[in-house]
Amino acid sequence: MANVNDWLNEHGDYLYRFALARLRDPHQAEDAVQETMLAAIKNNSFEGGSTARTWLTGILKHKIIDIQRKQIREQPISDILDLDASDTSMDDFFDETGHWLDRPQEWDMPENALEQKQFLATLSKCLDKLPSKLAALFMMRDVHEIDNENICKELEITATNAWVMLYRARMGLRKCLEMNWITR
Amino acid sequence: MLTCKQASQLISQSLDRPLSWTDRIKLRFHLFICDACTRFNQQLKQLRIAVQTLKRYIENDSAIQLPIEAKARIVNNVSGSESNQH
Repeated sequence: MANVNDWLNEHGDYLYRFALARLRDPHQAEDAVQETMLAAIKNNSFEGGSTARTWLTGILKHKIIDIQRKQIREQPISDILDLDASDTSMDDFFDETGHWLDRPQEWDMPENALEQKQFLATLSKCLDKLPSKLAALFMMRDVHEIDNENICKELEITATNAWVMLYRARMGLRKCLEMNWITR
Repeated sequence: MLTCKQASQLISQSLDRPLSWTDRIKLRFHLFICDACTRFNQQLKQLRIAVQTLKRYIENDSAIQLPIEAKARIVNNVSGSESNQH
């Protein structure tokens, strides 16, 4: 048990933040750290070659994907694609001839630390507003930077399904940002 | 000719896969004449940079710590599972 205590004392905060940055949910982040500790003591394959932190982070990355996969798979993909009733319906963005209903505006990007903080807080709120499965997929792709091929493999979905879902997530996010962040 | 709806789909997909040669030409032509989609293209790039910044911001925020109770739970759960194995 000494190992788990040592690992958590030395790397617990780092691992927790790493997980939180990708999962956004404190409970899920705690679960990911716990699963990492379980896996780490089970196959103590740590060799002197890398640091303990690098080794543990490597395990954590997989545990994060496991949690994201479970979250997305809870619901059949067809349900996720059929989100027309939700606020990411494409009807909100284009008219019947395929033209923008609200033309995208130029964003006033943050220019100092305070603005940056406010902008990130707005982005955070917008991520929370996305349907949770779309958000999880978006986090896998654009934050955890898993390539599309591996996302499709992990989730057992087609590339087309992944593109459609990512498109919806990005459309929802940019609309939310546009409504809540200053435009020029 | 692409509609804005089609162009926006290709712009999003271009972040996930290399577009075909014909799609690239069609999209480039559309962007040449369409300010709205040009801004959308820029926004998706800004969005990606922003979420990466948010990620690093959380990773480096020393105020965020594994809560003491969470740590205790983990130690407890991990030791419980180990004693089950033996």
